[in-house]
Amino acid sequence: MAAVAHEAHGHHDAHGHHEESFVSKYIFSQDHKMIGKQFLTTAVFMGVVAMLLSILFRIQLAWPGESSDTLSFFLGDKWAPGGILSEDMYLGLVTIHGTIMVFFLLTGGLSGTFSNVLIPLQLGARDMASGFLNMLSYWFFFVSSLLMFGSLFVETGPAMAGWTIYPPLSALPQAVQGSGLGMTLWLLSMTVFIASSLIGSLNYIVTVLNLRTKGMSMTRMPLTIWAFFVTAVLGVLSFPVLLSAALLLMMDRLMGTSFYLSDIIVGGEMLTNHGGSPILYQHLFWFLGHPEVYIVLLPALGLSSEIISTNARKPIFGYRAMIGSILAIGFLSFIVWAHHMFVTGMNPFLGSVFVFTTLLIAIPSAVKVFNYITTLWRGSIVYTPAMLFAIGLVSTFITGGVTGIILADAALDITTHDTYFVVAHFHVVMGLSAVFGMFGGVYHWFPKMYGKMMNTRLGYAHFWITLIGAYGVFFPMHFVGLAGAPRRYYEYSATYGYFDNDSYQQMMDLNVIITVFAIVAALGQLLFLFNFFYSIFRGPKAPQNPWRSNTLEWTTPVEHIHGNWPGELPTVYRWPYDYSKPGAEDDFIPQTVPLAEGEEEH
Amino acid sequence: MGIKLITLVVIVLGVLAIAQLMRVYELSSKLRKTGENEISNRDNKLNAKMMLGFMIFMFGGFIGLIWKYGWVGRGDAASVHGHDLDWLLNVNFIIIILVFFLTNFLLFFFSFKYVKKPGVPAFWYPHNNKLEMVWTIVPAIVLTVIIILGLKEWGEATGDAGKEAVRIELFSKQFAWEARYSGKDNVLGKFDYKLTHDEKNPLALITMETIDLAIDNMEHGPVGIDSLEHKLNNRKIILSPEDRDKMRKDLKRKEQLVRLLYQMRNGHDDAMDTTAWDDFIQRDTLYLCKGQQYEFNFRSKDVIHSAYFPHFRAQMNTVPGMTTRFKFTPDKTTEDMRKERGVEDFNFMLLCNKICGTSHYKMKMLIIVLEEEDYNDWLSTKEKATFWDTFNTEAPAEGETEENPAEENQENT
Repeated sequence: MAAVAHEAHGHHDAHGHHEESFVSKYIFSQDHKMIGKQFLTTAVFMGVVAMLLSILFRIQLAWPGESSDTLSFFLGDKWAPGGILSEDMYLGLVTIHGTIMVFFLLTGGLSGTFSNVLIPLQLGARDMASGFLNMLSYWFFFVSSLLMFGSLFVETGPAMAGWTIYPPLSALPQAVQGSGLGMTLWLLSMTVFIASSLIGSLNYIVTVLNLRTKGMSMTRMPLTIWAFFVTAVLGVLSFPVLLSAALLLMMDRLMGTSFYLSDIIVGGEMLTNHGGSPILYQHLFWFLGHPEVYIVLLPALGLSSEIISTNARKPIFGYRAMIGSILAIGFLSFIVWAHHMFVTGMNPFLGSVFVFTTLLIAIPSAVKVFNYITTLWRGSIVYTPAMLFAIGLVSTFITGGVTGIILADAALDITTHDTYFVVAHFHVVMGLSAVFGMFGGVYHWFPKMYGKMMNTRLGYAHFWITLIGAYGVFFPMHFVGLAGAPRRYYEYSATYGYFDNDSYQQMMDLNVIITVFAIVAALGQLLFLFNFFYSIFRGPKAPQNPWRSNTLEWTTPVEHIHGNWPGELPTVYRWPYDYSKPGAEDDFIPQTVPLAEGEEEH
Repeated sequence: MGIKLITLVVIVLGVLAIAQLMRVYELSSKLRKTGENEISNRDNKLNAKMMLGFMIFMFGGFIGLIWKYGWVGRGDAASVHGHDLDWLLNVNFIIIILVFFLTNFLLFFFSFKYVKKPGVPAFWYPHNNKLEMVWTIVPAIVLTVIIILGLKEWGEATGDAGKEAVRIELFSKQFAWEARYSGKDNVLGKFDYKLTHDEKNPLALITMETIDLAIDNMEHGPVGIDSLEHKLNNRKIILSPEDRDKMRKDLKRKEQLVRLLYQMRNGHDDAMDTTAWDDFIQRDTLYLCKGQQYEFNFRSKDVIHSAYFPHFRAQMNTVPGMTTRFKFTPDKTTEDMRKERGVEDFNFMLLCNKICGTSHYKMKMLIIVLEEEDYNDWLSTKEKATFWDTFNTEAPAEGETEENPAEENQENT
């Protein structure tokens, strides 16, 4: 199999240098490097949109009822009459912010970008198993991004049922106006997105299994590839379940079925639907939803493993334990979904089972953290911007991870469920960690993707503003949640202000602090955007192996060519983490260097 | 408009300025012949120090927040199981805060200490099975403790309520709560959403009379089958095709519903009625008795809501089409709580904690917890406000006896 693939690529390579048209090179490209870059730029755009949405609703939360020029500038008179955010649009902003961040930035952007760029390059393959499917995967992603973005401009507003779109709220336009056309577009967009994700994931899996170069055994693969591989498997197994959940919801909305609807009177109208269960939707949704957390997180952990090892100039500690942890996390992620549903009325005994399985995930996660820390121990750390972000990731992974122990405990979830404590928890552990991993990845592999260097100083400034801003936003948010603030509340004076003024004051003080930090952190991202686009066009030319790294992608020429390596594919003789190996001349030994006489493979 | 233009100009000029600075910086580093990938010792050390500095900022911020807002950021619980949950939360917090401090300290301290020093190579240390066993087994043991403690509390909090528990139904709809007390027999009467009548039977309780009322309303009410048929068949009324279509659908739906109502009527057992007639409905305020266990049965009229009692440490979703339950025993009166907190106007409350639409954030109910004596006084005012009373007094239907069958029934048993 592998031999056939090699021959085919050899043939391909002979024709690889002819002039390509603009369209086939930059638009409908089948080259994995270009597709990776397309994913990245699309995701960056969507990420900026989602970040802006979050700033808009943070303004409302910090200064409720006060007129804001920013709000009227972006939302106009319809959604922010007099500069005050409308209640419906508040829910719309929250919903679309969550959806874009989780699916478009951290799934499409993270896994889509780096799986595409790195899998063939780090495995020594000419391209993905199917370049055409890979291209389709991107264009589906693009279309779904357009649909989701477009739904913001619909007259009745975007989807407003929260990113989890629980029916009946999401099924009934009478219940909230966003459940009309806005929700239809949401469902359509996600359907296309799932198709994109499936095509992409299948391609990644096939490539990893079949197109590794000579000598690249599974246990010589960089941890990035292990992470992308397990992520792709999780995606293939769980996204179809979300598709089925979405299809059933579509049928309830359009064809009068009763999968999720039963005994409802809404807007004075008595519906005939009987026998459905909204809980069914939640089971289906979270059967994807929980693995999705790891679909977001694992690639970030994989990238940071590579970055930390390279820049600490040390082998990653416990390579096999790291692989084991990735596999364990991947497996466990499928049997924990109902911890999102402890207080939905699900049988409490079932809840107990999920408490047990959920807390088990803490073990492989702890192993990973300790392994990262031990990798740093007695290292010789070089602070590239990528390294800073990777260390930031380990910190947020710890900080967000420990609060997960509270939420996984069903008894404690009774009081913290759906409060800002949850919001803080998952933003830190999933949002920040994944975003830090993504930034780290961009800074580290930018020379490979664009052949240029990003500015280091701007990278430093970007990191410190982001880290301080991020903790400044989410530390206080835990305390807002502990004070009892429910999430997705437009404001708190109508409830807490009325009944429990102590807690109300606490929430309001902290909400102002949070919003200020959020705005600072958001402005900090301008440094990144500037650095990113400026460096693409004007950055200094990158050397071939800027970080003195071992992995195969740095053996390719700086100028991109179709087929990656000009001559034969490289052969691999060792694992990717031979940094500072005693007896070696340099502090790194690329994977293509044969073992010296008498040298042991780690 | 002027401000927007100025903002735009400032942004553009800012970007240009940064771009120029970048050029200068790049040219100078070109002269020094260092690429962006060569990190100078100065930069390395600076970032290493920042790592340590950030750790102090982070730990300090965290301790400051605890200092200001208290350990768990909220007052004491006001229910029996709430105290146990708070204890469990404290135990868990101590564990996770220790882990948080320890691991973050190691991370940032190592980041600070092991920054590159010229001439000092990194230490080759690819694995150590013993060490890895230790940090697999130690978390496993700690987690076992957490799981056992947690499941014990969970079992107690969600176990069945005792026989002596008072049954109360909490009914949720966009965007209000209503409570139904089970009355003298402590049995909540059965319900069916098809019997909902906004004025007379808002909670859709089942009795022969309410079934008849629903059928009558469905057939002859203001938007009932008769009136729809009349409109559709009357040639003098001009309807747009959309409206006509909508009405046809409405008619079909109502015909289906009325068929189901007739089925219900045929199978109805009169003996059930008394359980419903002695219930009473309470809007706006929920009165509870200190020291009394309550089993709440939750229902929803339209979408999912969540009954959230922050001070009682209780929460349960309300789901259309099914009944969910949660029990708790308040152990502080509203007065106790006001004294404890030193706040005059403190009140317990019931909130909605599952996104349910536009006014989600305003959906609430006042809760007042009373001493037994005061509670009984309040209860006695409700004796003449049972479902039987409200159903019959507001607009008496034809041919009904003035006798209260609920009372009659109770005398018999």
